[in-house]
Amino acid sequence: MPTNTIEGYTFAVDDEGFFTDRTQWSEPLAAVLAELVGIEHLTEKHWAPLHFMRDDAAKTGVTPTLRRMQAVGGFDVKDLFALFPGKPAKKMAYLAGLPKPVGCV
Amino acid sequence: MPSTYAAPAAPTGPRKLALICSKGNLDMAYPGLILGNAAAGEGVEVHIFFTFWGLDIINKKTNADLKFTMLGNTAMHMAELGYLRPGLEHKSMPQLMGQLPGMTAIATKMMKKQMADLEIPDVPEFLDLLEAAGVHMYACKLSFDMMKMLEADLHPGVEGVISAADFIEISAGAQTIFV
Repeated sequence: MPTNTIEGYTFAVDDEGFFTDRTQWSEPLAAVLAELVGIEHLTEKHWAPLHFMRDDAAKTGVTPTLRRMQAVGGFDVKDLFALFPGKPAKKMAYLAGLPKPVGCV
Repeated sequence: MPSTYAAPAAPTGPRKLALICSKGNLDMAYPGLILGNAAAGEGVEVHIFFTFWGLDIINKKTNADLKFTMLGNTAMHMAELGYLRPGLEHKSMPQLMGQLPGMTAIATKMMKKQMADLEIPDVPEFLDLLEAAGVHMYACKLSFDMMKMLEADLHPGVEGVISAADFIEISAGAQTIFV
């Protein structure tokens, strides 16, 4: 299984670079990775959905989709698009140390 | 004739998707909405043109009540029938059954439940989701006039009532999908 190493952090990833072991994630690492997906600084507004994502995935075993972030997490989809521009669900999953979301909606 | 064919011009610029939703049955509403939502989530610029029966999808008076009928759908089979006799789940349901009174209501209710079980939002809520995701939605002017629709009945996410030519202009450079 491939691993990525960045600034002293080493973590197992899949072919697309998503984490395969959520325990190898940490907040400082997420802050480093954020720059790679075009987010300069993670604010509280970024952390809230990321933490929800991790908590929800821990319960269900599946990375939540945007729709679930809205329906269960109570996040505004518009805000998520603004916070994580372009591919919000994938960027959030990446920064939360979770596998790529597979749900359709 | 040239010995080598030129490759089609590679698309330039950010990806763009144009969807044309022309059907108002429940099962035909979802493909366009799901594809549009998926594309928006991938950072693709999405434009949806609702035309003919597809207008029912964005009409607030009708879109919570779209229906699914077995009639004309030979791919209608029920997974549950497999419990009665293995193999039955792959058999197409007799078309005559679809004509029984109340059958469309039953089939619609079943489909809605199946979608809800998969956490797929109903149609009005789906439009809210698309709007929040920045998807551009339009009603077809010709169909709008033909159906004598009211602008007040349109889902708020719909940006305007436009002509086919307008949509062709808007969708320049887009990949187009007709549903």
